[in-house]
Amino acid sequence: MADNSTSLLDRSRTVAGPGYNRWLIPPAALAIHLAIGQAYAFSVFKKPLGALLSGDVDHPAAGDWTPGQIGWIFSIAIVLLGLSAAIFGKWLERVGPRKAMMAAALCFSGGFFVGALGVKLHSLALLYFGYGFMGGIGLGIGYISPVSTLIKWFPDRKGVATGMAIMGFGGGAMIASPLSVALMAHFKDTAPMGVAPTFITLGIIYFIFMQFGVWTIRVPADDWTPAGYVPNTEHSALITSGNVSADNAIKTPQFWLLWVVLLMNVTAGIGVLETASPLIQDTFSDKAMGPGRGVTAAAAAGFVGLLSLFNLLGRFFWSSASDKLGRKPTYMIYFGLGVLLYALIPTLGHNLQLGLFVAAACVIISMYGGGFATVPAYLSDLFGKYQVGAIHGRLLTAWSTAGVLGPVIVNYLHESRKAEGFTGAAAYQSVFYTMAGLLVVGFLANLAVTAVNQRYFEKGPVAVAAGGH
Amino acid sequence: MNPQPNSPAPTADGASSGLSLAIAWLFVGIPLLWGVSQTFIKALTLFK
Repeated sequence: MADNSTSLLDRSRTVAGPGYNRWLIPPAALAIHLAIGQAYAFSVFKKPLGALLSGDVDHPAAGDWTPGQIGWIFSIAIVLLGLSAAIFGKWLERVGPRKAMMAAALCFSGGFFVGALGVKLHSLALLYFGYGFMGGIGLGIGYISPVSTLIKWFPDRKGVATGMAIMGFGGGAMIASPLSVALMAHFKDTAPMGVAPTFITLGIIYFIFMQFGVWTIRVPADDWTPAGYVPNTEHSALITSGNVSADNAIKTPQFWLLWVVLLMNVTAGIGVLETASPLIQDTFSDKAMGPGRGVTAAAAAGFVGLLSLFNLLGRFFWSSASDKLGRKPTYMIYFGLGVLLYALIPTLGHNLQLGLFVAAACVIISMYGGGFATVPAYLSDLFGKYQVGAIHGRLLTAWSTAGVLGPVIVNYLHESRKAEGFTGAAAYQSVFYTMAGLLVVGFLANLAVTAVNQRYFEKGPVAVAAGGH
Repeated sequence: MNPQPNSPAPTADGASSGLSLAIAWLFVGIPLLWGVSQTFIKALTLFK
């Protein structure tokens, strides 16, 4: 991928001219994140994919795929998200956001097309390769593609800018879920469960939608700064004036401390997200609350929806707040308040305090989302703007790890308690106490973060914006 | 014909920049608001 070509996708062709309005950049980033956020709506395909042969979600045929087999599709995608973000991060920094966004669009949409073929041929391997492998690469490249560009455009509001984009990832599932259900209903008479044509339609829609981001993204000129901007190092000594390369960043303890921070935050959040629907139904059942007063399946779905809203809002709110509070104190809040709330959830359930229970879960999930959205700005504070996108990409392997480990831990703890004869809120007690313990580890890791040693800084000036590398 | 590799992208004047800004935000804002509203309606069932 030579930089000296004159392809429209090259970084050099995306340099903004004088007076360019930087508020045009967040919509470009949102176009990518709103699309790839579809991944978190994958659950709407689980039942239809498990009934392609029988045509009846309640009575799968012998040859239909099992929930376990289908679950691997999402797991592969999340693992590939982290791996591709880590592998392609430096390439992205070199070629710029437009080419990376185009690659993401091709992989993500291509994943739907190959996945549709897998559904049509009832080939699980093809579905794993399409939606999981190809789509996962699209997710990883797409997720990090606008991050360093946003940080360069908004050095004075890094949290606001990256919060807006990463909020889009949360919002993407909210669009994809009802859209996918409607498409499957529309196509149900033309293909088994309507899944394959839905995949094709989504692939086309998302490719077109992502093109908006591809063709409107711009990088600032090398010498550009916002009007009146003075670098602020008042918050803490953690904000560096140097620049650290991605290769050097992973040699620092700060990178690995933040890796642990992200791992703990995401694993704990998955503890709530994985159990939300059965948790609230089991805890506030008719048996516990009285006949006709328990939480129904429909109300539990409402609870899951409410958590999604707070996940979305938390990404923007907390990340923006971190511009004022500082990144390290913000994570102190996530973990400090998080420990209290996680430890409180079983008690609130035991005492049947539904309102407080819901409120605590909502705050927890807002901080889960906030953890994702604040970390790019934290990395930029510590390592500078030079290769922050690539460093962020490598950090996302923590997300992949949590995406696989989190559900395993949660399901193991819950099943163990049930096997011991516990029911209702008591069956989830060990899940929440364990998650609170993980947050203590995260708190300590964040507490240990200090300024990066100057020996890791790049020597001499580095090109961090349009000039390329 | 391609411009020089390092030539910056053209910028719009104030009025067209405002229009571009509005279109860009509407393009992503409308689907996002639709998704949020769908989720909000679903969430309301918890309080019924």
